[in-house]
Amino acid sequence: MSTLLNIGRRVGRHLLASLPALFGVVLFTFLLMRVLPGDPAAFFASGPNAGQAEMAQIRETMGLDRPIPEQFLRYVGDLARGNLGQSMTTGQPVMADLAERMPASLELTLFALVLALALALPLGIVAALRPNSLIDHGVRFLCTLGVCVPTFVTGLLLIYVFYYLLGLAPDPTGRIDIFAAPPPGITGFLLVDFLLVGDLAGWKAAFGQLILPACTMALFVLAPLARMTRASLLAVLGSDFIRTARSVGMSDWRVVVVYALRNALLPVLTIIGIVFSTMLGANVLVEKVFSWPGIGSYALDALLASDYAPVQGFVLLIAVIFVMVNLTIDVLYGIVDPRISLK
Amino acid sequence: MSSPLLDIQNLHVAFSTREGLVEAVRGIDLKLAPGGTLAVVGESGSGKSVTAYAVTQLLDRAARIPKGRILFRGEDITRADPARMKALRGAAISMVFQSPRTALNPIRSIGLQVMDAIAAHENLPKAVLRARALELLEAVRIRDADKRFDAYPAELSGGMCQRVMIAMAIACNPSLLIADEPTTGLDVTTQKTVMDLIAGLTAERGMALVLITHDLGLAASYCRDVMVMQQGRVVEAAPAVDIFRHPSHPYTRRLVAASPTPTSTVEELVGEAPRAPRATPRDPRDARVLLDVSNIVKRFDSTLAVEDVSLTLKAGESLGLVGESGSGKSTLSRIVCRLADADGGRIMFDGVDIGAIPLRTFHDSPWRREIQIVFQDPHESLNPRFTAFECIARPVRRLAKLTDAAQVKRRVEEVAERCGLSRDLLTRFPHQLSGGQKARIGIARAIAVEPRLLVLDEPTAALDVSVQAVVLKLLDDLRHDEGLSFLFVSHDLNVVRMMCERTIVMRHGRIVEEGESHALFRNPQAAYTRDLLGAIPHFEPVQTATA
Repeated sequence: MSTLLNIGRRVGRHLLASLPALFGVVLFTFLLMRVLPGDPAAFFASGPNAGQAEMAQIRETMGLDRPIPEQFLRYVGDLARGNLGQSMTTGQPVMADLAERMPASLELTLFALVLALALALPLGIVAALRPNSLIDHGVRFLCTLGVCVPTFVTGLLLIYVFYYLLGLAPDPTGRIDIFAAPPPGITGFLLVDFLLVGDLAGWKAAFGQLILPACTMALFVLAPLARMTRASLLAVLGSDFIRTARSVGMSDWRVVVVYALRNALLPVLTIIGIVFSTMLGANVLVEKVFSWPGIGSYALDALLASDYAPVQGFVLLIAVIFVMVNLTIDVLYGIVDPRISLK
Repeated sequence: MSSPLLDIQNLHVAFSTREGLVEAVRGIDLKLAPGGTLAVVGESGSGKSVTAYAVTQLLDRAARIPKGRILFRGEDITRADPARMKALRGAAISMVFQSPRTALNPIRSIGLQVMDAIAAHENLPKAVLRARALELLEAVRIRDADKRFDAYPAELSGGMCQRVMIAMAIACNPSLLIADEPTTGLDVTTQKTVMDLIAGLTAERGMALVLITHDLGLAASYCRDVMVMQQGRVVEAAPAVDIFRHPSHPYTRRLVAASPTPTSTVEELVGEAPRAPRATPRDPRDARVLLDVSNIVKRFDSTLAVEDVSLTLKAGESLGLVGESGSGKSTLSRIVCRLADADGGRIMFDGVDIGAIPLRTFHDSPWRREIQIVFQDPHESLNPRFTAFECIARPVRRLAKLTDAAQVKRRVEEVAERCGLSRDLLTRFPHQLSGGQKARIGIARAIAVEPRLLVLDEPTAALDVSVQAVVLKLLDDLRHDEGLSFLFVSHDLNVVRMMCERTIVMRHGRIVEEGESHALFRNPQAAYTRDLLGAIPHFEPVQTATA
């Protein structure tokens, strides 16, 4: 019971501590957008021949004619009311746009993360159990490769091999075949929704669309996860309590899984948090290559169009997700490691 | 002797290192009867622990056994396959390790860990495992075992953790228990309860005990036979009674002599004849007061670490500060040498209120060079990137304000020689030096600026007894020759008695007893002081003969 109370208190403290950081993010992106070259009014004017009057009118509707501090106050005021502003490119509220695209990005990132973990953990464990063996060197090579090849190259390569050469993968555009019927939007995650309505053919199609971009992302984050698992497990395997476990005759499996691995995964947990947040924000290239309708490509388009509101909304969303992910990791840590909640 | 339980014949253990093969154990023989008790005594590097790990095959990957045999109940287990060893470990041969806190899995409750130890050899349903584990925790006298069952190691004291470790080791009733320095790092009173527990349980369950220790007193109090090792070889093996009464090997003799006893003097430790009372010019009793500390209070969060403690120290006097962990002795010493702030009280040094000088600027005040510190761990307290010369030269430049390179060099070489460090050692880095040499550097660094007060925080706790003897002798000589005052913090009562004229016994942040060292040790007034003294293991043959 006291552990729960402890965790609750830590969550509260954590949330409070993240407020200044979030405010800083809001202010920084707001200023950055104002400093960047490019005039939204010129971009959204009806054509190259638009007159000064039209431009001025666009500026006025966007509120760009006011002094910057006033613009900022209005922006913060809108934020407080849950209004992220209006996108000029799509003509929709930013909130609605993000809400529509968020599941696509989340599904891709989560799937890629699970894939990466399913690959990285065993590889890291095997490498740690046989340090400096052929397997260890093989894992090191694979990780290096994953990090140094840019995601768009990996993505194109995968498309080339699996779509063009082998014909195994479907047409790499979007989350679902253009001619297929999307499932009713229950959770927004296609794989889950198809399962919920029992449409297995649809599920298979969606899975086919997802697998290549997910592999691309997974390969990119394989290295930090696998290397961290290896280093951490190696350190734990050398510690005193492993010797104790061996000295009472526990089986190798129990020593490695129950005693070593659980301890070794603590630092990996931290890395997972960082990797997840990074994947969510930095998968713009993957989304572009696979025409994935996610928030990354949405924000990139808005940035190129000097469309302030979506970019600010995107950055704020990523910041909030970052805070939430770290919070989750922190809570998990408190549950897994009793020493944390003792302090 | 009936057929031995453990029979080691001409065992060699070698480690492959970058410099090639290094032999840690060079041909030892050992026989232990069922139910027997054997202490393997030696200093660091003697190969005593390596021998134990060779028996249980828990040696480092780099280790090899090029020669020799280990027979357990007549079975050759020198190169037994992993499955066979797994079956033996825990069920037939168990170990208890040093530093109990790290020997337990930090994120698994102690109850589950004991259950794991049973489950390693017996296939039982969960409920039975739990009941057995609870019984074991009660057998090692953990109070409220059912409440502590779900506790994690970090919630328990070091002594409690060691009990859990013992419970795991005896879980499947092995016939041999190897205890590798099981009480190093524990307080004397805890040491006594843990050792009594090990001795009691092994006797009760008919287990044989191999106790690996550097402490002769411990060896003599708890084992019938003793084997002394030096540099991988057995130098002497005999019943404990004989070995301490008539040590035959010169090394054993040196070791016995170097171990502080209730009556030994610093000279005796290093094998010198007791010196005639020194003709110190000033008798400390009528010297003026150098340090006057009054009503010191120190809080950490809500707990009081030091509670209203006052003490005085006269010029040329040595004052011992004794207590177990958590007694506040180290905190107090840090406050006195101005490395920490007190929450109340006054520190007068030579009539000046040095407690009023802010901590941040104290290093710049002229009093910094007057009060110097010798730290507990000679390894950790030297900058690994500085040569020995640089370690000593730093304070000479900064505090003694010597700027001329030749002058600095002369001063450093002077104190190094005074501390028994030869000149060629000064160019070396800490990792190239032995523990004793590093301890000398720590002392040289402190006295290089000619302080008047030296605060010594367990200066020999990390050293082997023979090295400790030499370092204590050095410190004692320095004090008398240079007229230094000592504030000597230690958990070792015998050391304090030899080194200090007066002693203060602390417990829970308060002074329990204070007085002339000899009187205090001969006739302790406080019950706690009596407990402390009673817990020190002695190797007087008289005591072991009755055991």
